[in-house]
Amino acid sequence: MENIITVTVIDREGVEHKLEAPTDMNMNMMELCKSYELPVKGTCGGMAMCASCQMYIENDKVTLERNDDEQLMLDEAWNVEDNSRLGCQIHLSNDMDGLVVRLAPEVDDEDDW
Amino acid sequence: MIETDILIIGAGPVGLFTVFEAGLLKLKCHLIDSLPQIGGQCSEIYPKKPIYDIPAYPSILAGDLSDKLMEQIAPFKPTFTLGETAVSIEETDDNQFIVTTNKGTKHKAPNIAIAGGLGVFTPRKPPIPTIKQYEDKGIDYIIKDPEKFRDKKVVISGGGDSALDWAIFLAEGVAKEVTLVHRSKRFRGHLDSVQKIMDMASEGKVKLMTDSEVFELEGASNLETINVKTKDEENTTINVDYWLPLFGLTPKLGPIAKWGLEIEKNAIKVDTFDYSTNREGIYAIGDVNIYPGKLKLILCGFHEATLMVQSAFKRVHPDKNNVLKYTTVNGINGFD
Repeated sequence: MENIITVTVIDREGVEHKLEAPTDMNMNMMELCKSYELPVKGTCGGMAMCASCQMYIENDKVTLERNDDEQLMLDEAWNVEDNSRLGCQIHLSNDMDGLVVRLAPEVDDEDDW
Repeated sequence: MIETDILIIGAGPVGLFTVFEAGLLKLKCHLIDSLPQIGGQCSEIYPKKPIYDIPAYPSILAGDLSDKLMEQIAPFKPTFTLGETAVSIEETDDNQFIVTTNKGTKHKAPNIAIAGGLGVFTPRKPPIPTIKQYEDKGIDYIIKDPEKFRDKKVVISGGGDSALDWAIFLAEGVAKEVTLVHRSKRFRGHLDSVQKIMDMASEGKVKLMTDSEVFELEGASNLETINVKTKDEENTTINVDYWLPLFGLTPKLGPIAKWGLEIEKNAIKVDTFDYSTNREGIYAIGDVNIYPGKLKLILCGFHEATLMVQSAFKRVHPDKNNVLKYTTVNGINGFD
């Protein structure tokens, strides 16, 4: 279908979710995951300022090159791998059809109270 | 005991604007916030980011929005408990609530407005398995009193402003030795702070370890040594009195999750008639609430606050009928 691609998101339990993603709505991977109610927080709203949407890129459908803000944020995040990116900085486009990503572990979710 | 008409939990934009709408109804407000400053996310996460969807402001910096709100609510003399987290709530015989903070400060009010945003900002902790056993025994995530570090050996981790600013501050005649460990060669903090730290490193005032990360902690009871791995180099062991991992703060719903309120998707369920929760007298407004059609926007939070105070008014004055008055007609009658 025109301007609809399929991306696969592997959640933290290893479950694969095949998602239909529109490419004409200025959406990014963080927002896509949230729209399907996958457990991605996106605390900062998409400003590359929190790393809660870190994901691992599992195939070559998107570049591993990070932009400046994204790199600086990942420099202070945990469980960062060579294929880590921030979902909010991956803007969905037609050439990403077939993209596979895996959600990075969530480490800040423990309750101190 | 601090007493007020509406006790607002969270001093972000929505909490602050509540003071204005309550003030028009001659209701007094007190605000509690776990952060040491007002503004919530706007001041903690993105003070220098422009917001474009505040009516009549084509663009306003998040920090400036907080300042403007403070100016707008000043006539209604709000009072604050800052740097403390609302932990527990109890109901009194006279139909009021007592909210106690983590520092024991008590607040009494007939109405509670939870404007808690995404929750309580808490430090991001590096995932080192033994980190918990050294908390307050050599590890601090938040610096309250820098004098604690006088003549001590301190290692700071992080690449943002907090890490840079404290490294600079402590290296200027406070700590005996300051080492800054960061995983990259580049820093996220302000350029002038980065330049300053580079200068101090070349002067020998700060030991700078880039491309490096603390990965192991050791010490019998208190933290004694930390092990640092550096890209392409051998691991280093550093003797320390303190390690300060300063990686910023992240919000968690926190203690209010245990207040007996109906929670859905990490947010508090409300009735859109007056943004009341399932507990009479407790309201939830702004990003912390959820209802069909909810949008997490400051704009919507302002609307929610405005309707909420009408209901709060009836709890304070059950016998009085309230009439909507326009500020253009009546002006702002502030409190003495």
